[in-house]
Amino acid sequence: MTTLTDPPKASFRLTMLLNDTRYRSLTLQAIAALALALSIWYLGSNVAKNLAAQGLNIDFEFLGAPAGYDINQRLIEYTSQSSNLSAAIVGILNTLLVAFLACITATIFGVLAGVLRLSNNWLVSKLMAFYVEIFRNVPVLIWIIIIFTIMTAVLPGPRAFRGDEPEASMLFEAFAFTNRGIYTPLPYFTNGFGGALDLLLVLVLLVGSFFGTRYMNARATRIQEQTGQRPATLLTNLAIWFGPLIVVFVVLGLAFEMPELKGFNFKGGIKIGGPLIALWFALSIYTGAFIAENVRAGIQAVSKGQTEAASALGLRSGRVMSLVVLPQALRVIIPPLISQYLNITKNSSLAIAVGYADVTATLGGITLNQTGRAIECVVLLMLFYLIISIGISLFMNIYNNAVKLKER
Amino acid sequence: MSDNSHLAAFVRTEEAPSLPPPSSAAGPIKWMRDNLFATPANAVLTIVAVLVIYKVLSGILPWMLAGVWDSPSLAACREILDGKSAACFAVLTERWNQLIFGFKYPVDLYWRPAIVLILFFAAAAPVLFFDLPRKLLVITALFPFIAYWLIWGGSVSTPILAFAGVVVGYLVYSRFVAQNFAIGFFGGVAAALIFWGIGGAVLPDSTIAEGAMRSVPSRDLGGFMLNMMLGVTCVSLSVPIGIALALGRQSSMPLIKYVCVVFIEFVRGVPLITLLFVASVMLAYFFPPDATVDLFLRVVIMITLFSAAYIAEVIRGGLAALPTGQYEAADSLGLDYAQAMRLIILPQALKISIPGIVNVAVGLFKDTTLVSVISMFDLVGMIRGPILASAEWNGVYWELFGCAALLFFVVCYGISQYSQWLERRLATDHR
Repeated sequence: MTTLTDPPKASFRLTMLLNDTRYRSLTLQAIAALALALSIWYLGSNVAKNLAAQGLNIDFEFLGAPAGYDINQRLIEYTSQSSNLSAAIVGILNTLLVAFLACITATIFGVLAGVLRLSNNWLVSKLMAFYVEIFRNVPVLIWIIIIFTIMTAVLPGPRAFRGDEPEASMLFEAFAFTNRGIYTPLPYFTNGFGGALDLLLVLVLLVGSFFGTRYMNARATRIQEQTGQRPATLLTNLAIWFGPLIVVFVVLGLAFEMPELKGFNFKGGIKIGGPLIALWFALSIYTGAFIAENVRAGIQAVSKGQTEAASALGLRSGRVMSLVVLPQALRVIIPPLISQYLNITKNSSLAIAVGYADVTATLGGITLNQTGRAIECVVLLMLFYLIISIGISLFMNIYNNAVKLKER
Repeated sequence: MSDNSHLAAFVRTEEAPSLPPPSSAAGPIKWMRDNLFATPANAVLTIVAVLVIYKVLSGILPWMLAGVWDSPSLAACREILDGKSAACFAVLTERWNQLIFGFKYPVDLYWRPAIVLILFFAAAAPVLFFDLPRKLLVITALFPFIAYWLIWGGSVSTPILAFAGVVVGYLVYSRFVAQNFAIGFFGGVAAALIFWGIGGAVLPDSTIAEGAMRSVPSRDLGGFMLNMMLGVTCVSLSVPIGIALALGRQSSMPLIKYVCVVFIEFVRGVPLITLLFVASVMLAYFFPPDATVDLFLRVVIMITLFSAAYIAEVIRGGLAALPTGQYEAADSLGLDYAQAMRLIILPQALKISIPGIVNVAVGLFKDTTLVSVISMFDLVGMIRGPILASAEWNGVYWELFGCAALLFFVVCYGISQYSQWLERRLATDHR
């Protein structure tokens, strides 16, 4: 038999701070807070003393001062008289540009290599395994430099395109591959409304076509559910995508500005600089190797019974893939894929090794060296990357919650 | 049933010997049919793959095989090749020492890092392979101090004092750990710190000259040696910090939890290169004005913090993978937090995390090449700096970068193969 007794009303003793679980965590946190405050105070006072000794202060006014250096690769107007802030913005846009391009191509390389590595073809799967191992086990910095070297050493200079019998010729008279970069035609409208408005129009059209095709597909599904027959949607979808676009292009007069050899270099068209191409290609092929492994793991994570069950239901192999295997594999593939995108964005900071003007090279490189504002520049740089990563991880959390297996 | 055998002219009484399968259903032909030409699409893939392999090999092999291994400069090498396109591997033989040790490390002292490399294998072996006798761990314990002394040189009393401090700390720890882990741990740390403080004050400067080897400053380190040193030091330092961060992130105490979360997410959110900028231009502001912390140490601090955050995430995954029953079992046995972690949780969680930790280690080792951006002369820095800028070898790209890629590949591929072996070895589930 047990008797219930009130616990003795113990008076508070000092040792209870450490020995009583009710108080211990508070004690430990108080100690931790004290240690944290002390170390922050210590580091802060060191910074203050060091800055005072050098006659410096923390001050962001340098951002408004003229940068005084040129940037080759830029997406917005920028001259050497522009402010350091606009140099940083040019850098930020360049970072986002190369990261965006590399994310797309890395996904293509990775999915191709990952699927081919699972192929029944012995030679192809071994070749893909070789690609993955080679690129995963060598630093990306070395790949960036190697590819930049290939670019500059193997491709011909602009002078090779000159003369009656040039050593090199342009592809389709439109694309020139030189060691300074790749020149492509620039599309423009001969009787448009002016720059931004035309682009906006095309964009609105594309969005409209997207929703149009969505509606057509939904309608086809509805008819299929009612009658059992699915109406053909391919032709109407193609018409919705391209019809309005072609009309607009004809009305506005789409034309291309071709790159032409003038003097010592190509003029006109779009120039994609050598450093950008090297960085883009190196990042995509390096990250592609990692994505290939993610894709392989994702496909292998779908058990074989799922495929067999789907075929037993009478689905054709295409629909087995799109309705059964892919939705399950994507749940495994996408989270690591997004963290690979994050890695691409962070690795694009290696642009500094090949002279591509990303934000690390402008804000963290030239601006830092010219103004000597080390703390401010590095803090701003880190802030930029932090915002990007936190944004991507927020997106990832939303996605993970959306595709999570719904259980009881 | 009647016996009709007398009606037949011939009846086989024994089994016919089995014939070998037709040549199209066995051997290499069948293998090729199954694995290379199963479907038309597969056949096309095979042909494309063969073409690609042929293209690549026909470009590389003649270039490599005709390579020149002995010549003093690129110009001389081109003369030997006489217009043919082939490799000038002579740059590797000529500059091998610089690639490995950097261009400032004294030539007559190369034997010291070489011994450290051999010792490193001896020290790593008992950690990597559990079957080796446990007594070999003595080498592992002594290794950091010997390696420090051999690479940097200087007085022998510094590493001895450091080692003695660690021994004192360990003795205090093992005396009190049975009583309470926290007392043992912090007592040990305090004892070691006090010992170093007293020892540093007591040891007169005169003894420092005795038993001294020629000292080499940190800025003279370079080449692949620098990559190895950064990789090994930072990974081994960051594992304990990573464990502490992972446990802190799981803690029920909000302050400790959020400090760890903020630290981990901050470090994982920025590229390593910005942390290296911190090391090269910013970290000096955080030290007391009269302290001079050399660049190597600052870089080690930042890379260690960087990899600690990643390792913490890997270990957090391992901790999360353990069933709650393990935690509850530890509680119901009456173990306190430190005992539960040391005896029940961490051994299992770390085992699950080993592949992830090795992945982080490989990634970190590759990332040590980034120090070339802040003008340290590691392998990549050596190639881009002193070697390609020299008059003799200006213009030799493929051989040098190929060699660098090969060195990294061998090490990283080796580590990842080890990790896979270890995973199989540690697998205790029955399959």
